[in-house]
Amino acid sequence: MALSTHRTTTTLLRYLTPTISSLRHVSTDCSSSTITVETSVPFTGHNIDPPSRSVDTTPQELMSFFRDMALMRRKEIAADSLYKAKLIRGFCHLYDGQEAVAVGMEAAINRKDCIITAYRDHCIFLGRGGTLLESFAELMGRKDGCSKGKGGSMHFYKKEGGFYGGHGIVGAQIPLGCGLAFAQKYKNDENVTFTLYGDGAANQGQLFEALNMSALWDLPAILVCENNHYGMGTAEWRAAKNPAYYKRGDYVPGLKVDGMDALAVKQACRFAKEHALKNGPIILEMDTYRYHGHSMSDPGSTYRTRDEISGVRQERDPIERVRKLLLSHDIASEKELKDIEKELRKEVDEAIAKAKECPLPEPSELFTNIYVKGSGAESFGADRKEVRAVLP
Amino acid sequence: MAAVLQTIGAASAALSGGSFPDHSSKLSVSSIHSLPVIRSDARPNLSSIHGSFRAGKLISKAVATKVENSATSAASKPGHELLLFEALREGLEEEMERDPRVCVMGEDVGHYGGSYKVTKDLAPKFGDLRVLDTPIAENSFTGMGIGAAMTGLRPVIEGMNMGFLLLAFNQISDNCGMLHYTSGGQFTIPAVIRGPGGVGRQLGAEHSQRLESYFQSIPGIQMVACSTPYNAKGLMKAAIRSENPVVLFEHVLLYNLKERIPDEEYVLSLEEAEMVRPGEHVTILTYSRMRYHVMQAVKTLVNKGYDPEVIDIRSLKPFDLYTIGNSVKKTHRVLIVEECMRTGGIGASLTAAINENFHDYLDAPIICLSSQDVPTPYAGTLEEWTVVQPPQIVTAVEQLCQ
Repeated sequence: MALSTHRTTTTLLRYLTPTISSLRHVSTDCSSSTITVETSVPFTGHNIDPPSRSVDTTPQELMSFFRDMALMRRKEIAADSLYKAKLIRGFCHLYDGQEAVAVGMEAAINRKDCIITAYRDHCIFLGRGGTLLESFAELMGRKDGCSKGKGGSMHFYKKEGGFYGGHGIVGAQIPLGCGLAFAQKYKNDENVTFTLYGDGAANQGQLFEALNMSALWDLPAILVCENNHYGMGTAEWRAAKNPAYYKRGDYVPGLKVDGMDALAVKQACRFAKEHALKNGPIILEMDTYRYHGHSMSDPGSTYRTRDEISGVRQERDPIERVRKLLLSHDIASEKELKDIEKELRKEVDEAIAKAKECPLPEPSELFTNIYVKGSGAESFGADRKEVRAVLP
Repeated sequence: MAAVLQTIGAASAALSGGSFPDHSSKLSVSSIHSLPVIRSDARPNLSSIHGSFRAGKLISKAVATKVENSATSAASKPGHELLLFEALREGLEEEMERDPRVCVMGEDVGHYGGSYKVTKDLAPKFGDLRVLDTPIAENSFTGMGIGAAMTGLRPVIEGMNMGFLLLAFNQISDNCGMLHYTSGGQFTIPAVIRGPGGVGRQLGAEHSQRLESYFQSIPGIQMVACSTPYNAKGLMKAAIRSENPVVLFEHVLLYNLKERIPDEEYVLSLEEAEMVRPGEHVTILTYSRMRYHVMQAVKTLVNKGYDPEVIDIRSLKPFDLYTIGNSVKKTHRVLIVEECMRTGGIGASLTAAINENFHDYLDAPIICLSSQDVPTPYAGTLEEWTVVQPPQIVTAVEQLCQ
């Protein structure tokens, strides 16, 4: 985030000189000016008083939202083309449409707080400090990827950024998130864990087991349901008797948030963090939407109409909302924003080109990281003294 | 780190020669399971009795000539007597005192003291957060333990019966075993998953399961099975100190075994087998409860004039093919006695491994005695026939040695 802010200031300053700067007041003293924006819809609470609709933000923050979301959007579109070009194989679950959740959450927390999510993890990885090169290299299975090419799309991790993955089995990350929160409580550091899951995973037993334990021991766990209304190909009303996921915690308070509004997400996450540190778990339901299908193998149009998808894109697109805010508050001009997008596109293309040149992992990497190096067990099967396979 | 390990290797070698059986040129003339005395302050997290690690070096053949002496498990006469569950508790307590990151979680481990008393009195001593009573939710508390391990805690996850951990199989297989690999080495999972399994006294089919066979193909985990108070304590400590996830199999019927164990602190190696009784005629490989059935059969066999060599393999994954190989070279006949299911069990894997590696040394096909492939019945006599009994072992040895 810090990096994007710096770039933003220079970009803005570049365009300041020819125009009449007095009308614009976008020079450096602008960073302290606060803008109060109302979220699109009020928050709905379950067993809790929701936070206020008015969110304080700064022009800097809005610009960084725009930049980060546009970067994520560009990255996901690029991943789409790479998949169709067969450079990315296997499963590829894209996050475009849901960027506001990643970006809003990052704005409310720090890197010591943990985030853990399921397989739709590319953008959250970027938000946690992952680089474009690492993510594209991982997607293409190269050794410079964040997991050395051994994880793939569903297994992005960034330990230094507090990002715990990246999990393929639906719902299995929820108890893990509970464990992260347990460790935070154990060590008494004032941090929280955001455990993200989808509306499909919201029907898993593990979720309720984890909720019970978190509530029992007051763990600082925030369970975030990214409700994009479709669990793979099944609409939420066909899978859940009660699709009000924020209410299903019963004794655990819940909050329903417009997940396409980055500022609402930021407000909710900040509120949730304060709550979790004092009172234990809370559920946040982010009402969001994904434009792509469940994964690249799913066209996304057999269970929903194209009108619905374009309707959401017209009315609720997160990037457009921030763009309108930026334009209406005169923080940037159309041209500047378009230039930023162009620049980001170039950045993404460069990262892809660089990633394409990265080497594939060595054959010996097949056998590394099975056990921790140097802790006794050197091999991995019954025959521990010899590598039986002859590798090409 | 390497320098520290070298010093410890020298220190422990000087004290009692308890170094890891090393294939390199220097052959230490000491037994595999002699008593290493390691001072707790001089030790880095990882090392157990083997001070010198063969870091990353793969040896091409599991063969070496090494002198083994016949020191048995409770070697030193001074020491204190205790039961197996107390030995486990001692190991656990010592590790919890030594490292504040070690915590226990499981059903009834805290206030109740553990259904087999392994964690008795630990909760009042260490607090409710370190000895955590969980609700009956195996999948999620196992997952919770693994998530905590990702951040650096060292949880000991107890399954009240190993059979219940089938509910947590996804967490154990995908998250525990594979996370170190799929994250490219970023996260280590130093968790210990332990619990009693095996056939008890008429506990019924669901409570008499042997999960070693189900877990053995999971990449990334280590499996050990304890059988005496001495190795129970040593393996528990080694498992907690290991950076890899370890599944420690205990047996319901062995908790009340009494033995005299040393007063000094000791840690055993997770990958080593134990020589129970050296011999010349046949190698009997076994683990956990079947060790006692084998020893009972050995009494009869000795009277009949046979000299079997009994090895408690202890490490179920990976196998200690070094010790086993040496034994096969000596005796040329192998009998595997196990409580695991016949199909796809530890014995089946071991048979394959021995055949692949030591085929030339075998004079007869390997005989593998395992439990029958049936759900364990309730009726006493039927249950007896499910597992291997001493007379069967005697017959098998006689058959092998013809």
